[in-house]
Amino acid sequence: MTIDLKTVKHISKLARISLEEKKAEKLADDMNSIFEFIEKLNELKTDNVEPLTSIAETTLRLREDKITIDNIREKILKNSPEKNNDFFVVPKVVD
Amino acid sequence: MTEITSLSLFELIKNIKEKKISSNEATKSFVDRGEKSKKLNVYVTENFENCLKLSKEFDNKPNFDLKLPGIPIAVKDLFCTTDVRTTAGSNILNNFIPTYESTVTQNIWNEGGILLGKLNCDEFAMGSSNETSFFGNVQNPIAKDLVPGGSSGGSSAALAANLTPVTIGTDTGGSIRQPASFTGTVGLKPTYGTCSRYGIVAFASSLDQAGPMSKDVKDSSILLEVISSFDKKDSTSIDFKRNNYSSELTRNIKGLKIGIPKEYRIDGMPDEIEKLWKKGIEYAKDCGAEIIDISLPHTSYALPTYYIVAPAEASSNLARYDGVKYGLRSSGKNLIDMYEKTRSEGFGEEVKRRVMIGTYVLSSGYYDAYYLKAQKVRQLIKQDFDQAYNKVDAILTPSTPSSAFKIGEKSNDPVSMYLNDIFTVPVNLAGLPGISIPAGVDKNNYPLGLQIIGKPFDEQTVLNIAYSMEEKINYKNNITDWWMK
Repeated sequence: MTIDLKTVKHISKLARISLEEKKAEKLADDMNSIFEFIEKLNELKTDNVEPLTSIAETTLRLREDKITIDNIREKILKNSPEKNNDFFVVPKVVD
Repeated sequence: MTEITSLSLFELIKNIKEKKISSNEATKSFVDRGEKSKKLNVYVTENFENCLKLSKEFDNKPNFDLKLPGIPIAVKDLFCTTDVRTTAGSNILNNFIPTYESTVTQNIWNEGGILLGKLNCDEFAMGSSNETSFFGNVQNPIAKDLVPGGSSGGSSAALAANLTPVTIGTDTGGSIRQPASFTGTVGLKPTYGTCSRYGIVAFASSLDQAGPMSKDVKDSSILLEVISSFDKKDSTSIDFKRNNYSSELTRNIKGLKIGIPKEYRIDGMPDEIEKLWKKGIEYAKDCGAEIIDISLPHTSYALPTYYIVAPAEASSNLARYDGVKYGLRSSGKNLIDMYEKTRSEGFGEEVKRRVMIGTYVLSSGYYDAYYLKAQKVRQLIKQDFDQAYNKVDAILTPSTPSSAFKIGEKSNDPVSMYLNDIFTVPVNLAGLPGISIPAGVDKNNYPLGLQIIGKPFDEQTVLNIAYSMEEKINYKNNITDWWMK
């Protein structure tokens, strides 16, 4: 199986990463060599194997819905790339 | 007298407790040496002034009951530190100042440790040579233009160069053990769930684990005791009784069974590694351990499995970097354009490559063929270890298939770079503890490491075996301070 340029561009859309044409070609090459290496897994029959999703055999714990950190609004907003009083600002979404 | 900076953590603590050295004196020594070592490029952010100030405060009101009394410590820049910039080696987090502290670093400060600074690493911990960092390459103090390993490359270099008495790294596929091996230092990856992941910039959540890096095994046991804790803030943190690793440390490993997995004898492995491994087996026997041949039949499938699981989890984890609430933002015509440009400019090549692979293997129509398949093979890899542990107490392997390589040597070939982690990755997939200890040198005098893998939550046995073998190996780094000349 090969990953063509069209697929790379589609994936870059899904991943929300813009790609220049030249970089896309290089990435297609890299991905093909990595997938060639990954294809080795097809040698194994795994029909009756249970997938391992988590190594920590724990059930998720419940906790009380309680505020433990308070009054850090200013500090949090300080990290925002563009701000306007108490809000995060994004490019216009609705016309 | 030995210089303060070359003392082990254990010796430094002892000197501070006996009031032979003050916290401020120790801090000054590490700061001075750090100032003279800029060429190594280990620091992304220095916290020198604040560290000096806090060390004085400690000396004014010392508490010698603490496990790290007034000890200055630099940490990998993947741990969030309140009010101190945390970049994860990425342009996208270049200006990020956390409002919270990672549990692991908080545990260190609670025991008297003081933050010396934040250490360089591969971007989002994705790399094996520290060359993917936005903040530039790190020099290995062993020799000029040699990589320090990765992703915890700033940590291993800082430690080997005596710029911090101990440090902490994170290990997703070998990122503590491989850099330790490349710099002649000790690095321990604990069992998954031992150290909290809270406040660590996430890479692959089912594999990530923080751990100690130190000049010797005893120091790792001291630091593990501090950083290991059950944490409600991490849903995969495991509630079990932790050992007093340092006080329970012993060189009595008589009768322990150590397995030698035949599948780790890979094609094209350099003779030096083979020899090192054989020497390691002899040392283990000298310590009284019984050597048993074992088989881990799915070993060769570990790397391909890892390169599906890790990128898949990374692509989900890194979806949060969108230029809205924190981090870099590039301008765009509209919201989507802004996202795409931000992520294109904010992420480096390796990170983009992995996000793309991850997105692809999780995309509609491919999930079963790749991600689900990888999770099934991961089960087989774990079962290999489960079966081996019916027969043995621990497993001995080389840490890496080669010694440190030159900067630039492997950066254009992702697959050859990935092969670096061939001996360390299975341990993460199975969630086991593993340690790398320096065990010899190659023809260039570059360090080589041996890895000891343990049963889940049996860090104590791993440490004990390492502690015994360390004495027999008696490895000494020969570092000339070339970067200061």
